[in-house]
Amino acid sequence: MLRVEKINYEVKGRKLLKDITFQVRKGEILAVLGANGAGKSTLMGVLCGEKKPNSGQIHFNGKLLSAYDAATLSKCRALLSQQQQMTLSFKVEEIVLMGRYPHYKNTPTAHDYKVVAETMELCGVTAFADRDFLSLSGGEQQRVHLARVLAQIWDSPDALLLLDEPISALDLHYQQKVLAIARALARKGFMVVLIVHDVNFAAMYADRILMLKHGRKLFHGTPVEVLAQKEIYTIFSVESNVIMNPRTLKPYVQLEEMEIDLELFR
Amino acid sequence: MLMGKIDHAESTDQNSMQANVLFEIRMPRLLLGLLVGAALGISGATIQGIFRNPLAEPGLIGISSGASLFAVLIIAFETFLLTSLSAWLGYYILAFGAFVGAGLTAFLVYRIARKNGRPNVTTMLLAGIAINAFAGALTGLMTYMSTEQQLRTITFWMLGSLGGATWDNLLAIGPFICISLFILPFFGKSLNAFALGELQADLLGMRTDRVKRWVVILSTLAVGASVAVSGIIGFVGLIVPHTVRLMGGPDHRFVLPGSLLLGALVLTLADVIARVSVAPIELPIGVITALLGTPIFLYILIKDK
Repeated sequence: MLRVEKINYEVKGRKLLKDITFQVRKGEILAVLGANGAGKSTLMGVLCGEKKPNSGQIHFNGKLLSAYDAATLSKCRALLSQQQQMTLSFKVEEIVLMGRYPHYKNTPTAHDYKVVAETMELCGVTAFADRDFLSLSGGEQQRVHLARVLAQIWDSPDALLLLDEPISALDLHYQQKVLAIARALARKGFMVVLIVHDVNFAAMYADRILMLKHGRKLFHGTPVEVLAQKEIYTIFSVESNVIMNPRTLKPYVQLEEMEIDLELFR
Repeated sequence: MLMGKIDHAESTDQNSMQANVLFEIRMPRLLLGLLVGAALGISGATIQGIFRNPLAEPGLIGISSGASLFAVLIIAFETFLLTSLSAWLGYYILAFGAFVGAGLTAFLVYRIARKNGRPNVTTMLLAGIAINAFAGALTGLMTYMSTEQQLRTITFWMLGSLGGATWDNLLAIGPFICISLFILPFFGKSLNAFALGELQADLLGMRTDRVKRWVVILSTLAVGASVAVSGIIGFVGLIVPHTVRLMGGPDHRFVLPGSLLLGALVLTLADVIARVSVAPIELPIGVITALLGTPIFLYILIKDK
């Protein structure tokens, strides 16, 4: 259970998060939606410990997040960032094995190798195991990082998985695959907080959606509850038409094309 | 019989003189070469690790420029400072001053780089550049104002030499270097995690602040002590870790001890060349490491393509 209470975060006088309050239950995927600058990444920064909130509290599995020590947290909280700059040419398997660093002191155990094999299989990177990480494409590298991040929290039953725009660089197949993996992990008991840009992916894979605007929580609820024409316009300033997918009973957001007055180009 | 006795006496004199040379001059010099080489090698590798940049080397955090500045100041003001002290103490003041200078500038760079109590690597780099430039300018100024004799001393100090190796020196700086040589290899796992970025390293529980602090302290200790006795020896801290990586991959658990050993080997070899190539004149070792290191490194780079 993740309880976020009245989080405020400001930097250089600008308030980036204002009184953010929400909960994520065990086994739930929460998608965070919002326009650029709404505070999504800032919120992620606060959840992963990178940014210290000015006020408010976060309770993680019944204990204050700030009360945890680094070693314990590293086994039950992991973050997959958008892009990760790497300059050293490690092998793919070595990178994934780094996800097990919190679990072993000097030498990885057989269990560590087993977890690494499992997560690599899940993310479709087993074939790259011996290859130089830097020789992979952006999307392939991202999948390797996902395997590493999963390996980090694989054993923990109440883990928190933070995904910050994890699929922006991936192709259509792997975009869905990563989200499907996230949903499977949630069914297994993980808590997942996910930032995506595509509202329909959020509709398809998330249990609940949190919508931010200018650092404030505007809407929070199931996809059916919050993905409606009015809410989408408020958050994204786009015209849309929301229909219900009869098979899955989930909303499907049809976007209206934008027209720009040609006079502006004269 | 008398001739025999005289001969015998002469040959034992020869033997004991040779033994003397071996023990008093060659041995300390060999040990100094090994220690300093190892210190430069492993410090270079750890600095590259925390900056996540293969172009980094210990001089970046101000160690060399600080040591040079204080050494030059002492050389320039030597007569002024030491009118009542003997020449023997004069030498130790130089070494001590260089060590203090190295420590002070590294400390200054580190403090400037602390934002919200946490050491920031980018700021450290910028602060290092600034302090290096400033110290360099002051050093240049002192050099400009010095006499012929002082200029010679300064130049020889700046180019590096293992010629000043004595057992006393070794006992003085040996412990500092050995502490670092013993502790730094344990940072292998943490530095691997640094390659993923500091945020990920923190999330993996690697305590990046602690790693940065101890790497700076231990490198400064090792390199400062080295510089104190042997002057500025460049290039080793930059090239040795690279070569080790090219040989065995980027895993710091291999690169750190590897750089330690290769650094020791390289510097010892360079010293042999420095002494032997234009015997009986000794070339400054810093020149050798640069002159020979570059083509060897380029060869390795090209072959690796």
